[in-house]
Amino acid sequence: MLSVKHLIDTTSLTEDDIYQILDTARAFEDVNNRAIKKVPALRGRTIVNLFLEPSTRTKSSFELAEKRLSADSLSMGGATSSVVKGESLADTIQTIDAMNVDMFVCRAKLAGTPQKITEHTDAIVINAGDGKHQHPTQAMLDLYTIRKHFGHLDGLKVAIVGDLSHSRVCGSLVPALKTVGAEVTLVGPPTFQVDDPDYYGVPQTADFDSVIPEMDVVYMLRVQLERMEGASIPSRREYNRLWGLDMSRVDRMKPNAIICHPGPMNRGMEINADVADCARSRILTQVNAGVLTRMAEMYLLLGGENNGISA
Amino acid sequence: MEEAKLKAQIMDEQAMGRALTRIAHEVIERNEGAEGIGIVGIVSRGAVIAPLLADEIEKIEGVRPPVGTLDISFYRDDVSRMIAPVLHSTNIPFNVDDHDIILVDDVLYTGRTIRSALDALIDYGRPKTVQLAVMVDRGHRELPIRADYVGKNVPSSRDEDVRVNIKPSDDTTSVEIWTKPSKHNGGAN
Repeated sequence: MLSVKHLIDTTSLTEDDIYQILDTARAFEDVNNRAIKKVPALRGRTIVNLFLEPSTRTKSSFELAEKRLSADSLSMGGATSSVVKGESLADTIQTIDAMNVDMFVCRAKLAGTPQKITEHTDAIVINAGDGKHQHPTQAMLDLYTIRKHFGHLDGLKVAIVGDLSHSRVCGSLVPALKTVGAEVTLVGPPTFQVDDPDYYGVPQTADFDSVIPEMDVVYMLRVQLERMEGASIPSRREYNRLWGLDMSRVDRMKPNAIICHPGPMNRGMEINADVADCARSRILTQVNAGVLTRMAEMYLLLGGENNGISA
Repeated sequence: MEEAKLKAQIMDEQAMGRALTRIAHEVIERNEGAEGIGIVGIVSRGAVIAPLLADEIEKIEGVRPPVGTLDISFYRDDVSRMIAPVLHSTNIPFNVDDHDIILVDDVLYTGRTIRSALDALIDYGRPKTVQLAVMVDRGHRELPIRADYVGKNVPSSRDEDVRVNIKPSDDTTSVEIWTKPSKHNGGAN
């Protein structure tokens, strides 16, 4: 049983919570390798996917996870919902809540939206990414991917590289890695570094080349062109030369080290095309792990004794 | 809440060994040999008994049927009360299609575990037949399910727990009746 009712951020997850999610996801990996990839675990439960910001992979990953758990689900998008007609978020949530749903999965442009939703419903809320704040289900799939390769998480050296200050992926991955005892180094251009270097309590540097040979995992963040006001970086080419992952940098990685990227990729910018498809790349493993870990999170949260919805 | 108390031991290691040997004979008799049989133990106690049954069948027939384990956590109809602290993976290392499956559990009680196990098993394929073997049948069925092979019928009260212990998972190999602590909803079903 998880110690939290909702999954809003990784900061509130204990080490035990994280391993429960990863172990349960491991059991779902067996289910997903069968001919019949579906279990009746959440039969009769209703889940609303409220995606107020565009998303393809996270949304489809959640939808597939819900189907494989036999839950009934409904997806609502920003462009098609009444939020664009001027309805407040509180009204939208209370309206959906009145239809007796068990869980909200929420993606929002505004940080704090999932937390706000918990104030207007008794249903369980999962944060599927809120602004620059957190993306906890991404962090869990990343840990699953890393653990699958190394067999453990504690003591691993992980470099998170790129657009640190705009990244909710970074925002949830760093606390989660610290909880399980991994050593994190943040790498990025000065304009992308987090304002307060003590915020995460982990070292931060602009010198990518010097950290590469020590790392077990090189985690490339997407440069979020849509979240940038003004030009924080000189050019695509210069960014690629200084902070992009190309084959010459890959060749200097430890023999057993791996590459991760949350997607979608800007090939040729933060990661070169041949690197994304090389043997060290775990990008497709991450996509696969996304379905497994989201199944685990929904199963553990909706199956919990503390949710007050089950008999 | 008062503590659970041991009321009686109803089978010892020898009695359980004899019961398993008899069940092995019955399985072979009914299936006319050991060919085409697959044994599937339900996690956790059934998974401990399953290989012991395979040993007995091998002693008699000289053929060891393949053994698998089945975790039914995701198939329970009472998710909230269930969730095992550790999820054991299902592992059936043979094709269940066209096998005669001997489903093994420790205690048959309400029948709900078996219903879930049948659902889970059928998601792995289409067995030719499914037969149920249990060490103890304690009655109180809530579903139309019965065992094909029974180690011992133990009439019991709902206020009691029937525990099947097997070495090395437990300190002893025995079947015991325990009085339940008040208002506690534990025990095998």
